[in-house]
Amino acid sequence: MQLEQQLREQLRGKDILLMTHIVLGYPSFEVNREVIKQMVESGVDCIEMQIPFSEPMADGPVILKANQDSLAMGTRVDECFSFAAEITRQHNIPFLFMTYYNIIFKYGEEKFFEHAQECGITGLIVPDLPPEMGTSFLALAKSYQIAPILIFTPTSTDKRMRELEKYGNGFIYCVARRGVTGKKSSLDQEFNAYLQRCKNSTKLPLAVGFGIQSKEDIERLKGKADMAVIGSRTIQLVEAEGAEAVGQFIASLR
Amino acid sequence: MDHNGFFGNWGGAYIPEVLHQTFQELKEEYRKSRRDPAFWQEYISLMSTYSCRPTPLTYAENLTHHFGGAKIYIKREDLNHTGAHKANNVMGQGLLVKRMGKTRVIAETGAGQHGMATATMAAKFGLECTIYMGEEDVLRQRPNVFWMEKMGATVIPVKDGSRTLKDAINQAFRDWVTNVDNTHYVFGTACGPAPFPEMVSWFQSVIGNEAAEQIMKYHGKMPSHIYACVGGGSNAMGIFQRFLGEQGVELIGVEAGGHGADSGAHAIRLSSPDATPGVAQGYKTMFLQNDDGQMKHTHSVAAGLDYVGVSPILSDLWDKNQVRFESATDTEVMQALDLTMKKEGIIPALESSHAFAGAFKEVGQLAKDDAIIINQSGRGDKDIFTIAHAFEDPSWKEFIIDRAREYSK
Repeated sequence: MQLEQQLREQLRGKDILLMTHIVLGYPSFEVNREVIKQMVESGVDCIEMQIPFSEPMADGPVILKANQDSLAMGTRVDECFSFAAEITRQHNIPFLFMTYYNIIFKYGEEKFFEHAQECGITGLIVPDLPPEMGTSFLALAKSYQIAPILIFTPTSTDKRMRELEKYGNGFIYCVARRGVTGKKSSLDQEFNAYLQRCKNSTKLPLAVGFGIQSKEDIERLKGKADMAVIGSRTIQLVEAEGAEAVGQFIASLR
Repeated sequence: MDHNGFFGNWGGAYIPEVLHQTFQELKEEYRKSRRDPAFWQEYISLMSTYSCRPTPLTYAENLTHHFGGAKIYIKREDLNHTGAHKANNVMGQGLLVKRMGKTRVIAETGAGQHGMATATMAAKFGLECTIYMGEEDVLRQRPNVFWMEKMGATVIPVKDGSRTLKDAINQAFRDWVTNVDNTHYVFGTACGPAPFPEMVSWFQSVIGNEAAEQIMKYHGKMPSHIYACVGGGSNAMGIFQRFLGEQGVELIGVEAGGHGADSGAHAIRLSSPDATPGVAQGYKTMFLQNDDGQMKHTHSVAAGLDYVGVSPILSDLWDKNQVRFESATDTEVMQALDLTMKKEGIIPALESSHAFAGAFKEVGQLAKDDAIIINQSGRGDKDIFTIAHAFEDPSWKEFIIDRAREYSK
């Protein structure tokens, strides 16, 4: 409930929200800190922080490399928690964890939720955990008041969307196209029809991600989605131009 | 398998949502084919005309005398078309692909045998084919890469992570989520999300079914022990299934001991304390991973066993003490391979040589009127570069140097 309400409040006075993605420990926690500061100051509404995993099956080359480099530098799950605790104290927007299920499973599901709650995390995105596999996960999400973010895709049937929606909370993450993160999506007629199906299947806010890269993309989403997700693009920007470039880029999106 | 794809505590289908629909279709087609006797008939007929089924069960007389224990029989999956048991699974999935009407197949490969088999099937059935192979394995298994390309497949070297089998699997999944509408992922072993572990084991069950009939014919009773190497576990599942619950038959899976169980450089999941329960590559099993759940680097002289996970069905059989797991080191494997070539004129693959090494450690102590079966999952000539290198064969080295000189002119 928390996350949804918070997003709804933020939506008052804005035509679309922005969510960004960072990979924890890449290129360093130091740079993560600066990037988040710039993002928040230039009006980002929500940030998903990825705890790196050695087998990021759903991620494209940019985020895959970021995961691997972060781990090669020794990033540990506990460090990610301490970093989250620090960041959520400093900034007053919702922060989510994104990670693969093994990280949570290995940490211990209940312990993970307990620590995530202590660290001020309000939602979890786990791309390799369909609800059928997540019975205990979903029960814990409810009792710890952390929103499990469910995912709609263009291959989801209407029936499947309605099924997923029963378990979702916070918002629904609509994947803009087939494939992995990072490649450009064409937001065409077919996409609009898909988004309409998403809208008809849920009352939760809709976030659209995968291949959203420019002001033009975000313009097209206005009125159709509640939140646009920028992922790989800012990671590439930090690689090419450093953390300083992020603020200006985000500001240019609105 | 229960309705969520679990075998006891293991298995499941931890898949990205974009694949949900395609898995529904695959499960349905698999269920229909399993119920349809005509499907299995078509499969057996294909395997006996396009491949060499039934493969022979060879009595290894010289090895038997050498060890002086139980009679040694070898199940010859090396004589299957493309030189390994992999073809059993691939041709079966090929028939499913035709039923599903998909036009493109992709596959991961470690040793290259599964890639070879998939490229062969794609050529025969007129399908587009892309094979993902860890960069390290491309180097280890160059001859297989050559043949896959010659049969029209695109081989993509995977440069991420440890550049071996698990990374090839991740990359194949990334392709699948992108091209899900026309593409089927021909999973190569009894791992991955349901229904793959059970489906692959079903196609491989042909090995054990034949072996049971053959051993009764030659030996007059069931074997006392059956040995199979275990990477992902498909050849082991193939031969073990028929004998599960058979009184007096012990099933032994031999894992890759690499540089030794204490070295950290191995791929022993079930017969060492190094592995712990985890979820990756779409399924739950025992993985070689650190405390945070990050997968470790594995090592084996055999590319096909160099893998962090193991079939969830084997984890379940291990839980229930229905299969015993052992390991063999790289050195033991080379010795077993050498002995088998010299005594029998048979060249097992480095993967299969693990089963031989495991059996050789025990067979001398087994009763003479008993028999054991070793599953020779594949042939070793694909490993010529690795084997020649490991034996430090001088005349082979000279040949390579001469050939390189010729090419660099």
